Amino acid sequence: GQKMSLSVLESMGFRVGQALGERLPRETLAFREELDVLKFLCKDLWVAVFQKQMDSLRTNHQGTYVLQDNSFPLLLPMASGLQYLEEAPKFLAFTCGLLRGALCTLGIESVVTASVAALPVCKFQVLIPKS
Amino acid sequence: MAVCIAVIAKENYPLYIRSTPTENELKFHYMVHTSLDVVDEKISAMGKALVDQRELYLGLLYPTEDYKVYGYVTNSKVKFVMVVDSSNTALRDNEIRSMFRKLHNSYTDVMCNPFYNPGDRIQSSPGGPYFLCPIQSRWALLPVSDPVQVGPTPVSDPVQVSPTPCVRSSPGPLITW
Repeated sequence: GQKMSLSVLESMGFRVGQALGERLPRETLAFREELDVLKFLCKDLWVAVFQKQMDSLRTNHQGTYVLQDNSFPLLLPMASGLQYLEEAPKFLAFTCGLLRGALCTLGIESVVTASVAALPVCKFQVLIPKS
Repeated sequence: MAVCIAVIAKENYPLYIRSTPTENELKFHYMVHTSLDVVDEKISAMGKALVDQRELYLGLLYPTEDYKVYGYVTNSKVKFVMVVDSSNTALRDNEIRSMFRKLHNSYTDVMCNPFYNPGDRIQSSPGGPYFLCPIQSRWALLPVSDPVQVGPTPVSDPVQVSPTPCVRSSPGPLITW
């Protein structure tokens, strides 16, 4: 049902993210640490896919990052506010996979989830388990 | 020119390895395997040096009496290793760099192919996506159905990788590490 289709969407996004993670950082030289990779996601990846940068990146430096987009292009044309809140996850699953795939190519295993409080603001939470 | 090239995944297993058919393939497999240690050394050395410039091209890894081995690592920790004949002194650093760059472009195209699963062996088969191979004096397409019998086809013009869907042939009897 709903869960299956969301995970299918997420895995599609994952594969695309893997390819993008290979193609985008072509000439940019090595990422020194995790934060650099996240910054790359917020700037280069977001601009390449959505033509805008991520609005904010917060971290607790323990492996949790929260990426916030105040006007997410996939949700923008839908509604403004609380209408259609239940429909929002369908549009975010692919993007979560995209982030996870790009991180995977760059060598970081992670878990990405998304949450919407009010359209079109959405937050992507990236959890990188410490090994 | 290059007598052998190899694409090595970040877990250090080979994704693609090709050498000119006249030589003993096993020797090249062994050389590429030993060069991985040098590649790892260089990568960790670069990590420690607090230099802003970090190159993807690793340069000459080690010379032997007949061959020279060059290395290149991508941002996704995929390594390319190229073995070149020592007698070919006309080959300059710039040319090696440009060969690696073309290899990187081809590898990126393979990654973007939706029919390719990352981590699988890269197949180069007739009628499918060709993995560009800088063996011999020109860019030659290697149409191989059976990976053991390598028969490069000399092409007069350099040809780009075409992202056409490929029918995967069964994996050949290459040695796995």
